[in-house]
Amino acid sequence: MLDKTGIAKRIAKEVKDGMYVNLGIGIPTLVANYIPEGLNVVLQSENGLLGMGPFPFEGEEDADLINAGKQTITTLPGSSIFDSALSFGMIRAGKVDLTILGAMEVSENGDIANWKIPGKMVKGMGGAMDLVASAKNIIVAMQQVNKHGESKLLKTCSLPLTGVKCVKKIVTELGVYEVKDHAFHLLERAKGVSIQQIKDATLGHLIIQGEIPEMEF
Amino acid sequence: MNKVISNADEAIRDIKDGMTLMLGGFGLCGIPENCINALVKKGTKDLTCISNNAGVDDFGIGLLLQKNQVKKMISSYVGENAEFERQLLSGELEVELIPQGTLATRCMAAGYGMPAIFTPAGVGTEVAKGKEIRNFNGKDYLMEMAFEADFAIVKAWKGDTMGNLIYKSTARNFNPLMAMGGKVTIAEVEELVPAGDLDPDQIHTPGIYVHRIFEGKNYEKRIEQRTVRSDNSK
Repeated sequence: MLDKTGIAKRIAKEVKDGMYVNLGIGIPTLVANYIPEGLNVVLQSENGLLGMGPFPFEGEEDADLINAGKQTITTLPGSSIFDSALSFGMIRAGKVDLTILGAMEVSENGDIANWKIPGKMVKGMGGAMDLVASAKNIIVAMQQVNKHGESKLLKTCSLPLTGVKCVKKIVTELGVYEVKDHAFHLLERAKGVSIQQIKDATLGHLIIQGEIPEMEF
Repeated sequence: MNKVISNADEAIRDIKDGMTLMLGGFGLCGIPENCINALVKKGTKDLTCISNNAGVDDFGIGLLLQKNQVKKMISSYVGENAEFERQLLSGELEVELIPQGTLATRCMAAGYGMPAIFTPAGVGTEVAKGKEIRNFNGKDYLMEMAFEADFAIVKAWKGDTMGNLIYKSTARNFNPLMAMGGKVTIAEVEELVPAGDLDPDQIHTPGIYVHRIFEGKNYEKRIEQRTVRSDNSK
């Protein structure tokens, strides 16, 4: 079974040379640490930055330079800065190649819920609805079961939706899934995880074809 | 064409109870600290605030929330403010949560003289409730209306006496969009210079959108998430 770092490492393998990538808050942010050296990848931060660099050294933090998670960051050679409308303009226009974000629930037809638990959590959707409505390629990083042991890969989402029919791929602590034709297609399983464990942790339609390899990263 | 006024108190002098304000900034980055403090001091009530976030408990718009000066928030993300969440769940505060790109573009539309925009954000979700849906080239889009705000209050890095503005780094965010979108736009800047000192090629907000400008003071510029890496050279 993977921890958060493992999920991030596996997702990093999906990042290819020349991509513009938007990383959501949480596990997706960790992905930046594992993008293979030598790849030319530009990270977009939706508060208005292309070319997000690492955290600053202590004492060099700039209150005017943050990412969408409100963390202090740095720019890189070739970075550019713009306003929020332009930032979502490039997202809406499909210029961002890959979006990686977290989820509370995903359904077998690719619906995603990640912004609200009625009566409990009312933080808001931030940029997630814009991203999932427009991104060409969306990978979800998430825990497959909640703390009560219940599956979060469902037939239909029970929580208010963030977007419909948009998730293409999911990486969880148990496996990698492609979402298509109203089903979760198991592509890989985490080291030491059995097919039965994965079946038990999936409520939506699960398709397992042939030998399923263990993840490598 | 001199737009200069003396301070925040003068800038907000005619903001009345019940008005709608746009407030620039993303998190605590690039927020109009001086004007927020002046509104807190003045005690203006029943405000509708259009702002991406709602500050934190003791800074930014959080200060207005603490004194129950806000009737309604229109925001995309309000996660860092416990008092906000309490007022929302108890029903004291009205909140409209909207996608961040929609928020930005509705401000922009106001400044571009466009009554509405179409966006796919929120299609198939509760955000779409009651909104017109149009299909273009096989994809559904929501019609979202341009905002109408009595005042826009923005923060810039440099400004000149004619109201031209330059923002610094990611403190730009919503500020230029809101500067365009208000019926009356107030800009507070870190450095106010004579017209002619700023390079026209570098201006982010042309002064035509700005009605009042002043040099702010005592900027705290609080950092919400201070993240650093270890310095290997030490």
